[in-house]
Parts: sequence; C-alpha cells; structure tokens
Amino acid sequence: MTTSSVRQAPSADQVSLVGGTRRHILDLDDFSTQELDLVMKTTDAMAEVLGREIKKVPTLRGKIIITLFYEASTRTRVSFEEAGKLLSADVINVSASGSSAEKGESLLNTVRTLQATGADLIVVRHPHSGAPYFIARNLEHTNVINGGDGWHAHPTQALLDLYTINQHLNQIQGTRVVIVGDILHSRVARSNLWGLTTSGAQVVLCAPPTLLPQEYLDGSYKREGNPLAAVEVETSIDRAIEGADVVMPLRLQVERQETGLIPTLREYSKMYQVNDERLARAKPDALVLHPGPMNEGVEISPQVAHGGQALIEEQVHNGVAVRMALLYLLMQPSRGRGGGQR
Amino acid sequence: MIANEPLLIRGARLIDPSTGMDMIGDILVMDGNIQRAGSAIRNGDVPSGCRVIEASGLLACPGFIDLHVHFREPGYEDKETIATGSLAAARGGFTTVCCMPNTDPAMDNASVVDYVLRRAREADLIRVLPIGCVTKGREGKELAELWELSQAGAVGFSDDGSPVADPNLMRQALAYSSSLGLPIIQHAEDPNLSQDAPVNEGELSNRLGLRGWPAAAEETMVARDIALAQLTGGQLHLAHLSTAGSVNLVRQAKERNQPITAEVTPHHLTLNERWVQGHDEEGPLSGPLTSTAYDTNAKVNPPLRTERDVAALITGLRDGTIDAIATDHAPHVVTDKLVSLNDAAFGISGLETALGALMGLVRQSDLTLNILVERLTAGPARLLGEKYASLGTIREGGTADIVLVDPDREWVVRVGEFASKGKNTPLEGMTLRGMVVATISGGRIVHSVLLDAQPMAVGEANG
Repeated sequence: MTTSSVRQAPSADQVSLVGGTRRHILDLDDFSTQELDLVMKTTDAMAEVLGREIKKVPTLRGKIIITLFYEASTRTRVSFEEAGKLLSADVINVSASGSSAEKGESLLNTVRTLQATGADLIVVRHPHSGAPYFIARNLEHTNVINGGDGWHAHPTQALLDLYTINQHLNQIQGTRVVIVGDILHSRVARSNLWGLTTSGAQVVLCAPPTLLPQEYLDGSYKREGNPLAAVEVETSIDRAIEGADVVMPLRLQVERQETGLIPTLREYSKMYQVNDERLARAKPDALVLHPGPMNEGVEISPQVAHGGQALIEEQVHNGVAVRMALLYLLMQPSRGRGGGQR
Repeated sequence: MIANEPLLIRGARLIDPSTGMDMIGDILVMDGNIQRAGSAIRNGDVPSGCRVIEASGLLACPGFIDLHVHFREPGYEDKETIATGSLAAARGGFTTVCCMPNTDPAMDNASVVDYVLRRAREADLIRVLPIGCVTKGREGKELAELWELSQAGAVGFSDDGSPVADPNLMRQALAYSSSLGLPIIQHAEDPNLSQDAPVNEGELSNRLGLRGWPAAAEETMVARDIALAQLTGGQLHLAHLSTAGSVNLVRQAKERNQPITAEVTPHHLTLNERWVQGHDEEGPLSGPLTSTAYDTNAKVNPPLRTERDVAALITGLRDGTIDAIATDHAPHVVTDKLVSLNDAAFGISGLETALGALMGLVRQSDLTLNILVERLTAGPARLLGEKYASLGTIREGGTADIVLVDPDREWVVRVGEFASKGKNTPLEGMTLRGMVVATISGGRIVHSVLLDAQPMAVGEANG
C-alpha cells in the first residue's frame, strides 16, 4: 500500500518538525509557521478526499487509533473517529464511564494498558490541564493527540479554525481576530492564541474582567520575551469588535453564574453577546466562528448564529479534514516510525 | 561507636553565628557534649582512644534545626516513618526537627504526642519535637487541649496543611496559647481564594491553563493574623512564607516591634514557578511546553512563585524579617505524584537537598555563609524557647549537635539514594554544590560519608 491514494499531500519530510521528531500534538505552542502550513496543505488534500463519492482511502490500514474521552464530546470525538475510519484505521472509542477508570483505575494504568493492547495513537480528552503531557511522557510507543485538556489547549480545534479562516480570507497574516467570552476557562482561546499569533494575526481578547486570566487583567503579560505580548485585551466588546476580520464568541458555561464570576446570564448577554448590531462594527463580511456547542441567546444571537457570516457548520466539516491530516502526518506508514514501532 | 566515645573534629572552619565564631579550629566532644570548641587542641589534651575526624576544608556548624517537617507517622507510614524521616534529616545535617501534626490520627491529644516521641526514641538518631494541633482533628472548629499537648512535649501548635481559617477561632488560639509561651504556627492561606489551585496565579497559571493560587490568598491571611496577634498578644509564627507581599507585611510588623516570627523553605528561596514547566540539568525550561511539563514534583503548597517573590524572600531572610529556614519536608508515595497535576499531592521531599540547594545562594552572593547558617541554627533555636536554649550553638558544655559540610563538593541529586521514603523532588538529576558530609547528634555520628568516620559509626547509630 502506498500513500498515493491521498493526492496532493505534501511529503512530511519537506518540513523538518513534522517530518523529524514530532510524536505528539499537545498544543500549537511548538508549531512553526512551516509546520502550520504543512497541516493546511495536507488538510486541502484531505478535503479533496472528503469531496469524493467514495470518501475512503487505505492510507492507515492496520493502524489502531483509540479515542479516550474523560469528558463529554460530540464533534471532536465523532470527527476523530470519522477521520480515522476514512483513512482506514481501526478506531476504538473509550469513554471514562463504562471503562475501568470507573473502577478507579489510574490514568497512568489506563493509558499503559491501551498502549499494551497495541494502540498506535491515542486521542485524549481530559478535564485536567496537562493530562495529555502526562500521558505522552509515560508512553514509549504510542502517539498522543490532545483532544482538549482542561482549560489548557485544544490544538485540533485551533487548527480547524485556522483552516476555516484561511479558506475564506486566503491568509491569516494581518487579520484582526476577536475572541469574546470566557477566556479564563477556554482551552480553545489558549490554543487559538498560539496558532493565530504564529500565523501573524492580531488577536484581541474580550471578556468581563472576572473571565480574564490575571496576567491579562493586570497587563503583566506584556513582558519582554512573551511571544503573546502583542495580544490586545479589551473589556468592551464594542471597542474590541471594531474593524474585526473574524469574530469568535466562546461558549459561556452556566456554572460561571453559579460561582459568581458573572451576575446573571442575562446581564452577560446584554454586555457581551455577539449580535447583528455589534457585528456591524466589524468589517463588512467579517467571519463568525464558534467552537460549539453554542448557547444561542447568550454569547451569540440566533440571528448571527444562523446568519450569512457564520461558518459554524463549515468549521465542523473542516474539523474532519484537519484531523485526517493530523492522523496522516503522525502515522503515515512511509515514515516507518511513530505508531509503527512496538 | 558508643555515645560517650570521645570525638575530635580537627582543623574545620567553625561557624557558630550564635556566638559570632568563625575560625579554623577544633571541636572536642565527650559524653555527648562539647568539651571544647575553638583554637587547635594540643595533642596532649586529646584523650586516648579518641576518634579523630580530619576536617580541614570542611565547615563545622551547629546541627541544623528544622521547624517544619512531615514525618507522616502515625497514619501514613507508606509515605514516611519517624525512622526514615530521622535518617533523611541526619543526611541533610538536621539534628532537631519539629513534626507537623497532620497525621492520622492527628496529633491533637497527648497520646499521639507520646506515640511520636516513643517512635523517635526508637529511631534514636536525632531530636524529634512534636507540634500539636491548634484544633481538634485539624477541623478548624474547636481548640484542641493545648495545655495538655504542651505538657506532653509539644513545642508549638499548627493545623498545617490547612490554615486556621475562622478568624475568631484564630483569635482564641493566639490568646489561649499566650499563657503557655508557645507559638501558633499558621499555614497562611485563605482557602476561599486558593481552592483547587495547584500553581501560582499569573504567567504560569495562564500558560498551563490551571486555576491560580494568588499571592493575595497568603497575604490577606498574613495581614489578618498579624492584626490578631496584636490584639491578643499571642505568639504568631508564619510557616513557609512564599510572596513578596508577605515579606513586607512581616517586615512592617517587626518594625512596630510585634513579636512575629516567620520561616521560608529552601524551595521557595531557590526555585520559581517555571519549574512546573519541567526542567533539564540546567534548570527550568522555557519556550514551548514539552512532555516534561506539568511536573507534579514541583507542585507544592504554597506554590512556587515568581522570580520577584524569590528575590524578596531572599532579601527578607537576609535582613532578618524571616527568622528561619524550614524545609516543609513533605514526602509522598510515588503514585501520589504519578497522576495529573490537579490530582497530584502537594509537597517536596526536602531534607536531603536543603543544604546543597541553599549553598547556591551563598555562591551567588545572595546570602553570606554566616546568615545562611544562622537561619538554619540559632534562628530556629530562638523560636523553640528557653527549654531548648542549648540547641543551635556549639558552645562548650552544650549538646554536641554538629554538622560538617563540604562547601565545594558537587553531587547529583538521585532520589534513589534518598533515605526518605519520599522521592518527590523537582531537583532529580540536578548537580548541587555543597554537601553535608557528617552529622553528629548528641555526640554520636548519625550520618557520614567521610572515610575516617563512616562505616562503623552509622551502623551502630542505627543499631
């Protein structure tokens, strides 16, 4: 079997990082522009596969992918499963409920067990930030992809956001991207910050002060040597959204009201909801992205969510192609490494 | 070696900040006490059969005193026992340690204090002094029987691991203990501000996407307790200060002549929050995270703080705002740390690396050797009061608790070599310069890597 059934896919060896030493995708902080570019180009190739009548290729036949989810998920888990299956890998889904984790098995023993069963790659989602790093350092053979860890990172979501923006604007460099909402607790925002900043976007973070990390609130992030020092922080959505190319409201969890971070959802929606009136302050035809699941009427108005500028379903669709690209880049048999070694 | 065998330490640099001594000289130990300490002892004055340690190039200091260790016994003997903790202390140069009462059962009554003292006698290596609970079961609801605890031998009271959060109860504790002449040792942390937070709030917590433990959670409690100590006249000792703001609060209180005392750990003096991002042999990593990030061995309460806090703690230690260095030795089982950062236990096993890590501060000229030794000896001894006035000094006639240090000897931290059951340190693999080469407790060699003092002595000290 060859990889020729995926046409136009660039060779991973063209880029040193992916072609060289990368075994895991844990966040985007260690992605260079070249590597991001490789992922985008590979995603194009996968999108072409997805557009075929029979959208399945044999590229990863014989590979075993396990999705290990300690948190609820629809789009991430399903799109990974789909991505793996379309590349002909065998995909096994494990969720914390119904697994031996429920019997109190430690995370370490669970992932070592999965490695011992022959898993080539584990996609993990975990409520604790850093859990994928813990897993990666305790597995010798199995590749790890972070499917979302606590408040920390969600690199595959950020990559599909980058891909979607790129598709519509043809470039990221110089665009103004406003992320609005619960920045403090958002792994999507954190990973997008790396991906967008590395790609040359101007990122604006907008939230009430209680939903901003302390270093953004007190300005200490503007220190020398911080690669994210150029990020703009704004507590007024009207100012933040001015001239934006992309607006990305984040899901607001109901618990934020219960724990006193905001007075009420009602007040939050009045102050921070992305609605038609506010969107009008952005550039004409500004893109609206949302990582989902949406709380329509809270962080985003139904009119915007279902309006012509929203790309929410496109994001989901692109998510499959991006994840196919990542699985391919980490596991392609021609590399003779990664998951193949045991 | 039997306890009353005479021992001569010859040609060491004698450093005793309690008397201002800093000279090349000899120490003669007889019957467990210091017979002579000072200028070279003539051969004719050395008793026959005396063991001689040739100590030129070494420092001889009073045995170190650690106001804050967790020996986990009773209840958590898989993490540490009083015997293994005592040996770890001996290896670290500590001849007196104060045991925190967060055991199971908690040390909130005389019978548990008795048990700890008995286990310490059985271990028979160093002096173990118990700290009693402030509140029954460390629950922060009702005062423990502080008088009875003091009669049993408690040298202070603390609910360490948790603060005495209720301000009214803290007021009563300070007032009540003032008649006993013993301190309330506060773990200063407002739990409402730090709940479920594994790391310092700021750059690190945002970088790692973790709930942050703000400096203010410590500082509000420090400020509150200073006011309550003022109100009651009670004796307040602040455990493991970790922030620049806390140092300022204590400094201001001392300027008003309030009798507040405070301690700081070696890790808060030498490590910053970046260590949680993982490290190599050179130190903490910066730049993109690697799979070594979220190092659970750098998770400690209070958390490692910023470079600015570290600098303020060093300044506070130097200018006397902070009275003592205490390790907060907190050993854990390996599986307590082989989990996600959120799930990992707080704590660093610190007794065996303390001196080596702290000597770096002397080499960087952050501290003088004299101040470092003072904060490990006379400083903590002062807080133990009259009853233990002979500790922390090498005065003639006093107890022969002595540590010999090779200030230039380099060694690599290998947790496999720890005597402590707790292998949890972020310093694994680091090269430290400065090593405890022998520890003498009550006139006996309880730890030594010196050829002329080693094999027999350690074996017999154990036996």
